Amino acid sequence: MPTPLSAQIEAIYRNESRRVFATLIRLLGDFDMAEEALQDAFKAAIEQWPRDGIPDKPAAWLVSAGRFKAIDGIRRRARFTAYDDVAETIEAIADETPAPDEREELEDDRLRLIFTCCHPSLAPDTQIALTLREVCGLSTEEIAKAFLTPAPTLAQRIVRAKAKIRDARIPYQVPGRDELPARLESVLRVIYLVFNEGYSASSGATLTRHDLSQEAIRLARLLQELLPEPEITSLLALMLLHESRRVARTSESGDLVPLDEQDRTVWNAELIAEGVALVQRALSSGRAGTYSLQAAISAVHAEARRADVTDWGQIVGLYDALLQLEPTPVIALNRAVAVAMHQGPQAGLALVEDLIADGHLQNYYLAHAAQADFHRRLGHVTEARAAYVRALALTQQEPERRFLNRRLAALA
Amino acid sequence: MNYLCLVYLAPDQLHSCPDKVCFAYAEELRGSGHFVAAQALQPVDSATTIRIRNGQTSLTDGPFAETKEQLAGFYLIDAKDLNEAIHWASRIPPARYGSIEVRPVRELDLSSLASVSNAG
Repeated sequence: MPTPLSAQIEAIYRNESRRVFATLIRLLGDFDMAEEALQDAFKAAIEQWPRDGIPDKPAAWLVSAGRFKAIDGIRRRARFTAYDDVAETIEAIADETPAPDEREELEDDRLRLIFTCCHPSLAPDTQIALTLREVCGLSTEEIAKAFLTPAPTLAQRIVRAKAKIRDARIPYQVPGRDELPARLESVLRVIYLVFNEGYSASSGATLTRHDLSQEAIRLARLLQELLPEPEITSLLALMLLHESRRVARTSESGDLVPLDEQDRTVWNAELIAEGVALVQRALSSGRAGTYSLQAAISAVHAEARRADVTDWGQIVGLYDALLQLEPTPVIALNRAVAVAMHQGPQAGLALVEDLIADGHLQNYYLAHAAQADFHRRLGHVTEARAAYVRALALTQQEPERRFLNRRLAALA
Repeated sequence: MNYLCLVYLAPDQLHSCPDKVCFAYAEELRGSGHFVAAQALQPVDSATTIRIRNGQTSLTDGPFAETKEQLAGFYLIDAKDLNEAIHWASRIPPARYGSIEVRPVRELDLSSLASVSNAG
């Protein structure tokens, strides 16, 4: 039985609308006009396709319908504005080469859109909101809910960002080779933050919000198809490897299960295989960056059948390399945890105490949780208890709190 | 489109960048065709702020706002978009000691004026 036409149009909307939208922004030079043109194009499709059949290249059809609708709209509004301005605008739109048939061109527009939404001249929070709204097509309400921000605040942020793109002329283009590494950084950061927001909610009761993570993986796949850069490949790998453990990292009761206690038989083997292959590809490029090393660490964990056969020596070595590239306290803390696994809790404790004494991590709950864990393993009950209490005071996440409370209760 | 690049420096950094270096940059900018105008300013101690309220002009000594970094000079550059503006603004020598604020210029909106004159 053939799929009904309405379902086909719906599927085309799902699969093509963001691509068509990105191209319309390029042609019309305006986010809001493109949004309107996209809706008009689909309205036209719903009217015409049942009569004329679905065109061979629906995306190209929609782009050209959207463009004509936009020109019509400008002509209609022209009665209220100076004719010269309008003629110029219409000419600029009509002057464009005919709507591209090639998928490639459309994909390039999506890439332009990602780089524009993640332009470093926009505030970091705004980059995330704008990317989810414009590139992924999430509604303002969905984004607001995911980030626990009031919807009006978020809507305003997006409006302001679009105004800045227009008024400051943030260009709609993929940066040139010399700018790419720096600009890619903000794009990757946005994607990884979206992923993490879905992987561990920054507060509230649920630890995973699958949709955001899926969206981030989709974005990384798109980027990696369009720009085969090792850091993009590595970020995709890193997210797939994290994702492979999603089921194992929370118990039936919604509690957090640490890596060494997870049931590794429920790790997703398919995602691990893909992730590991991507890591290897990125590392063999000889241009390993921070995401490559993080993904490599994640791959070492993924390849250990049991927690007690984890190659901690290799993990410490990868953290050493990572610290060279990015000497941050959080990475130093993760390295300390690996050192504790490799050489024993005493070595880890010395490192963490130095880090906390340096004053960078005294408000970071994981530093105190690690300290508590090392004391626990060394049998220092009093010190462990004090450190768990400090860690608890610093996190609002319910699953994390339950985990720390369980550890605290087991100390007696 | 023109962008105004405002150079801000903390008082103790005002002379960190030798004039010769600033001049060399301005010359390079001129040669590139992106130069519109540029000036260095006397320190804020020399500033006078003017306000007219209810027809009364009041003058006050000093800048309109006390900030940690003070406006020390400006470049008006011509660039095709923000990326090009940022490219040139980031090469302004005092960027290494202070901050450069890049602001797109705004065309005055004279449309209401036009309709009035057309009607006349």
